[in-house]
Amino acid sequence: MATKDHSADLFEFLLRMGDNTLILGHRVSEWCGHAPVLEEDIALANTALDLIGQTQLWLGLAGEVEGQGRSADDLAFLRDAWDFRNVLLVELPNGDFGQTLMRQFLFDAWQELMLDALKGSSDARVAEIAAKAAKEVAYHVERSGDTVIGLGDGTEESHARMQAALDYLYPYVGEMFESDAVDAAMAQAGIAPDPASLRDAYDAKLAAVMGEATLSTPDDRFTHNGGRTGRMHTEHLGHILTSMQWLQRAYPGASW
Amino acid sequence: MYAQMIKTAGTGVKPREEMTPEEAAFQDRIDADIKIEPKDWMPDEYRATLVRQIGQHAHSEIVGQLPEGNWITRAPTLERKAILLAKVQDEAGHGLYLYCAAETLGVSRDELTEDLLSGRMKYSSIFNYPTLNWADIGAVGWLVDGAAIMNQVPLQRTSYGPYSRAMIRICKEESFHQRQGYDIMMKMAQGTEAQKKMAQDALNRFWYPSLMMFGPSDKESVHSAQSMAWKIKIDSNDELRQRFVDQTVPQAEYLGLTVPDDKLKWNEERGHYDFSEPDWTEFFNVLKGKGPCNTERMNGRKRAWEDGAWVRDGLMAHAQKRAARKVAAE
Repeated sequence: MATKDHSADLFEFLLRMGDNTLILGHRVSEWCGHAPVLEEDIALANTALDLIGQTQLWLGLAGEVEGQGRSADDLAFLRDAWDFRNVLLVELPNGDFGQTLMRQFLFDAWQELMLDALKGSSDARVAEIAAKAAKEVAYHVERSGDTVIGLGDGTEESHARMQAALDYLYPYVGEMFESDAVDAAMAQAGIAPDPASLRDAYDAKLAAVMGEATLSTPDDRFTHNGGRTGRMHTEHLGHILTSMQWLQRAYPGASW
Repeated sequence: MYAQMIKTAGTGVKPREEMTPEEAAFQDRIDADIKIEPKDWMPDEYRATLVRQIGQHAHSEIVGQLPEGNWITRAPTLERKAILLAKVQDEAGHGLYLYCAAETLGVSRDELTEDLLSGRMKYSSIFNYPTLNWADIGAVGWLVDGAAIMNQVPLQRTSYGPYSRAMIRICKEESFHQRQGYDIMMKMAQGTEAQKKMAQDALNRFWYPSLMMFGPSDKESVHSAQSMAWKIKIDSNDELRQRFVDQTVPQAEYLGLTVPDDKLKWNEERGHYDFSEPDWTEFFNVLKGKGPCNTERMNGRKRAWEDGAWVRDGLMAHAQKRAARKVAAE
């Protein structure tokens, strides 16, 4: 059987995985030293740390697949916004602690399903990264879900803040389940699932957690998109890259 | 060393003939290196001094997250970002152990936090200095953690059990941090001209504030003498400072960096380096709130605490609801 060369699509897919964790890890790391309570500070740093670790694996493999000699650091620090492939959800600002944890839960619940499917990837390297990351994400989703429940079903104020966070973030959820030619190629090669196939399980998880949190998920399924295809990011990404890439850009070629 | 200028409660070392039988037995245990545990009898002054010292140390860990946290989003590689995140997370963990150690003396974490935010309690002067270039992250690990270790290694033998055990855990992580800091300095010192400049600039700014971490000379202090008798202070400030200078100068030389002190010179006779004292006027100004970042740091902590009130209240309310539901279901 002739094997089709998937490397361009695989590269694109790996950027999507790695850019999601890179940008979310960056966002979460902004909390370090500023959380409402010490245990949360530690937990947020831990989450960011896991995400940055996953980024090293995804982008490392992306560079290898691309075959142009680019390292994970080159991909993280030397691409401009239009080359990033993360979903818009992860680049949205932290807002208050509730918005950060709501964004985390909405992402974690997706990532858990995605990684679970990727553990059976036909590409052993992908399956290996997924198996490692899945262990970390199982904890992330448990924690972010519990916090969404605790704050949703907490005081009147915490409930109102969590509902506002969900209302603001929900229009960014749909992008995680969109499919394009890259996804079709990945699905056909047995490397990754069609994202759309994860939606039902996601909706069930969301319904269970939001129900316990006494929060209402908006009916409108409209979604902003453009991040994972690189068509159009939010204005926020440029600012993230400005600080993240500053040293690498200001002192090209230096070793750190 | 994150506890500076801790005022020892009481009026100095009590002579044995003036001790009550309880006090004498307490001192005997300390002299025999038997740890004091939370449920043991202890003099009120011992308890009060320890609360001050451990509390100040805990606050220093928490405020100390801020200058390093300042560079997390700008760390130059994924690995450096991960290392820095892990380090700042460790500092938060140290704060947690220390607040727990203080709780065994009957003071809650919330009470200590209120004391920090109201200015009744202090944190180490060093964290009122800014981190301005990436080499500062190396310098903080190398010099600031290096100075902290000088004090904390002996404190592993301190008389109060929970404090001693916290110190043992903390010291392991701090030595790791110091090596990571020095590793950043090596990269910078062996790097491009711009990186060398960053490294020298970081050393220039952090040298004297690091020497200040040990506090002014306490040779004459009766308060220190009592704390030493209780083994909650093990070495004098001057001894620790000298040890730090002796250890650090060769490391700076190895990096090819210049310690910003014209008078720095090896003294063959003493077997130690001679060095210039830091500017103690500056030190006392920093303690009074007039350091470069005091306002910034305190505002940062206040904002985190105040902005987080709704989260703490919400999670508490939820825990109560769940407990009530559980009772109702039974």
